[in-house]
Amino acid sequence: MNADGGTGAVDPGRVEFTSVRELRGPLAVVDKVEGVGWDEFVVLTCEGAGQRHGVVLEVDRGTAVVQVLQGTAGMDPARTRAAFTGSPLRIPVGTGWLGRVCNGRGEPLDGGPPVFGAVTSAVGGNPLNPVRREPPAEPVLTGVSAIDALTTLVRGQKLPVFSAAGLPHLELAAQIAAQSTAGGEPFCVVFAAMGVTHADAGFVRDALEERSAAGELVLLLNTADDPVIERILTPRIALTVAEHLAFALGRHVLVVMTDMTSYAEALREVSAARGEIPARRAYPGYLYSDLASLYERCGRVRGLPGSVTVLPVLTMPAGDITHPVPDLTGYITEGQVVLSRPLHARGVYPPVDALSSLSRLMRKGAGPGRTRADHLDVAAQLLSALARARQVRELADLVGLAALSATDRRYLDLDEAFGSRLVDQRRDESRTLEETLERAWQVLLTLPRSQLTMLPAGLLDAHDAPESG
Amino acid sequence: MGALTHTPHGTGRILRVAGPLVEAEDVGGTAMHDLVALGEAELPGEVVAIRDAQVTVQAYEYTGGLVPGMPVRPLGRPLSAPLGPGLLGGIFDGLLRPLSNAGTWLEPRPVGGDAAPADDFAYVPVAAAGAVVEPGDVLGEVRGAGPVPVRILVPPGCAGPVGRVAGAGRHPADAVVATVAGTEVRMTAHWPVRTPRPVRERQGAGRALHTGQRAIDLLFPVALGSTVAVPGGFGTGKTMLLQQIAKWCDADVIVYVGCGERGNEMADVIDEFGALTDPRTGGRLADRTVIIANTSNMPMMAREAGIHTGVTVAEYFRDMGLDVVVIADSTSRWAEALREFASRTGDLPAEEGYPAGLASAVAAFYERAGVVTTLGGRRGSVTVIGAVSPPGGDMAEPVTAHTQRFVRCLWTLDRDLAYARHYPAVSWAESFSRDAENLGTHLAAHGDPAWPGRRARVAALLAEADRLADLVDLLGITALPDQERVSVLGGRLVREGVLQQSALSARDAHSGAGKTAALAEAALAVVDRCRELADAGVPAARIEEVDFSPVLRAREEAGPDDAAAVVALGETMLARLGEVA
Repeated sequence: MNADGGTGAVDPGRVEFTSVRELRGPLAVVDKVEGVGWDEFVVLTCEGAGQRHGVVLEVDRGTAVVQVLQGTAGMDPARTRAAFTGSPLRIPVGTGWLGRVCNGRGEPLDGGPPVFGAVTSAVGGNPLNPVRREPPAEPVLTGVSAIDALTTLVRGQKLPVFSAAGLPHLELAAQIAAQSTAGGEPFCVVFAAMGVTHADAGFVRDALEERSAAGELVLLLNTADDPVIERILTPRIALTVAEHLAFALGRHVLVVMTDMTSYAEALREVSAARGEIPARRAYPGYLYSDLASLYERCGRVRGLPGSVTVLPVLTMPAGDITHPVPDLTGYITEGQVVLSRPLHARGVYPPVDALSSLSRLMRKGAGPGRTRADHLDVAAQLLSALARARQVRELADLVGLAALSATDRRYLDLDEAFGSRLVDQRRDESRTLEETLERAWQVLLTLPRSQLTMLPAGLLDAHDAPESG
Repeated sequence: MGALTHTPHGTGRILRVAGPLVEAEDVGGTAMHDLVALGEAELPGEVVAIRDAQVTVQAYEYTGGLVPGMPVRPLGRPLSAPLGPGLLGGIFDGLLRPLSNAGTWLEPRPVGGDAAPADDFAYVPVAAAGAVVEPGDVLGEVRGAGPVPVRILVPPGCAGPVGRVAGAGRHPADAVVATVAGTEVRMTAHWPVRTPRPVRERQGAGRALHTGQRAIDLLFPVALGSTVAVPGGFGTGKTMLLQQIAKWCDADVIVYVGCGERGNEMADVIDEFGALTDPRTGGRLADRTVIIANTSNMPMMAREAGIHTGVTVAEYFRDMGLDVVVIADSTSRWAEALREFASRTGDLPAEEGYPAGLASAVAAFYERAGVVTTLGGRRGSVTVIGAVSPPGGDMAEPVTAHTQRFVRCLWTLDRDLAYARHYPAVSWAESFSRDAENLGTHLAAHGDPAWPGRRARVAALLAEADRLADLVDLLGITALPDQERVSVLGGRLVREGVLQQSALSARDAHSGAGKTAALAEAALAVVDRCRELADAGVPAARIEEVDFSPVLRAREEAGPDDAAAVVALGETMLARLGEVA
């Protein structure tokens, strides 16, 4: 195919079918087709409604069911021609994407020409052979203290941000995308926004302008008023571009995908239109496998320099962590960063709930030789102290502050210092790992030395830990 | 569609393709569960329904590009696993095709396109020419493929005098090693994965599988040949616990089925098992392990087959007289594959969209576990441990609920324990072991008479401490009488000093039976002494202030089999309490 902005073109030799029988929701049913294969890419020419694109969801004898990415609004069966491309959707890949801003189908929004590339790849990708995977072992430093200190992001990991309506997850995602680095090695970001408002899309463009200008960013924007079904394609384009940048061109690539709940809703809409038997909350039974087909595209490959790290962002409807989208995401991903409404109300940004958050790969990607020798000890001690502080706070709610022991009150001080000195930072503030860990130490030293049992004596001496109050 | 009528004789054609579901017609001479090759690419598929001239096929590869009218070639045999000496230490996909010789990116592979492993194996004949053999008798052995000698057996349904015999030496995996009554027997045997391999008879359960995990060995032990389900929400440490068991349990062979789980985790398993030493044999841990890796982004229906393939491999080693453990992580993803396919065939759904046959499918899978007398008269066992991933932590959802009905042990992982960093997060209140009573009797008769009493005391202490914890949350610890405060303290000592176990510590990652018993005895003795002190009028607050670190740290300070060190630390602790009085 020739490159036409990321969406397939038709081989001139292929026939167009005019026998569109049915249009329903996002689906078009085309009759009397021949030689059409499953998962083929389709170009629909609609007189008076422009060109649209679709994917074959099912082919039964001479009938093909096509999912129309731009929706079927305004389409007239009598004036629609369907041309099947003979292969799954392929997009051009390569450095041509860097610095570009495109819509959810990969068509330019920045006034530039369509994205070109000498090489094309199928957007579905192929599964990475587990035998060829290299276990992740080095950090991506985000410059965000709450993440770098306690839930370190590791190259090749998939670590979601669980948020709720009204919390600043988009700000956090944009900040991470703008600030992240991979220890001086070639690094870039693919940012895929699905179902965001125009205002949010504008915010993301502004926040990432510098990175884009430096040729380190690919931005895909599907806004809330863009076709819903197009969102099914957006993360796949992002990951296909990222895989090539990482494994063919040797870059470390961070893929930010927000908001996965909007993506799952698009999937549910197609499933409902097909009359599929629904599972939990009417999401399709294959939601787990579908999400896995995206998240699992992260990783490293033995013998190759690059990596794909995936940071999905999702809003939990009504803050419910047992909702299928966060629940199934949690089963696939390697930990989670949870944002908390109470912290947000206290004015802490980013409102990361450290005790509910976890990076399963942190132990492999942080510590001696990776971040800093004392990092894991500091993180473990901090989490343990925060857990105790939470218990003390619950006790204080019952018995009153005055009834607490002196030590217990120091734990409340630690909790306060944790929020204000370590977690809280400006939205444009990028902290070095040194600064983050020094702040972590300051927070820990609000406790007397006797409470810091998880830290080696040598380290405590080096930081002049006070013996007592 | 004129061109479509010219399909070769004996070959059917595709009618419909929807994801992994393919419908075809005129596929002559095919039976249920037979393999077919789909399209020009010859993708593997299995016949799962036949109506008139139409068959329904579940495809084991990505079906993109399959077009109605393309040929469907029947292979005339069911989906089978090649069982041979190359399995140990190997990594395979759900159809038991080696992954080590596949590419970095897994493209759809044609049926039979998996190259047989090029290695040859050192073979020693056992049965001489002219000997009359029965099914299950040993024809020869393959050595050097790991700590376990692989026995080549007379296949079921084959008996009579041994004819030609291959000599001692290296032979390729598909070599004919003997003829029995004129039938060639090869080093690698094929067995249909959905058919349990025959045995002479089933036996009652015998000894315990020692897992090296104290929470299990002490409270919820599992017998060889038994079945276990491990339900746990995400983040509760399910995979970690299963990996620990795979590493340290005292079975001869481990079959680890990664079914719809994370790729990075499988990479980790492969790495770690290759680097670790088996404490029992001194060989590589990988050499007693068969890994079946079907990560969540690999074709979904191969996940469904992978579970059956895994148990078939286990039965193959069981028939050599070995104790085999199958670990399936996670059976929920397998059930989802069943649901996905049922939904595409338009079957009427039962609970939550799962097919009505879910319960019987789960039961049939666990039923392949057991201790048996093999056809050759040896004793072998298959123990099945299946992880369950309840959506939203809902233990009433169909897969979890049905699985609980069919297993003998349940190790429920508790989210609150996991959040409190109490690992392994095996809940003492929500787990059960129906093997515990028999094993208690067995252990009492075989060297550990105190086992049943110890288990009962630990369980009672934990239950009492849990009951009091609710009161403490309401009223504060000071509101309790001194004896009950000692119970709360005792619960903490057992939880932190005995049940918690650090998978990252070389000394604590696995625990020998002696160390487990010593830790429990030490904690119980300390609790007893504290009670005596409280009875003697020592205020509970003073007892609580005592530094209990000798019993709390004993698990980290003593080596995996160092019961003596634990006993010594227990004595130190008792002496320290003596000073309080």
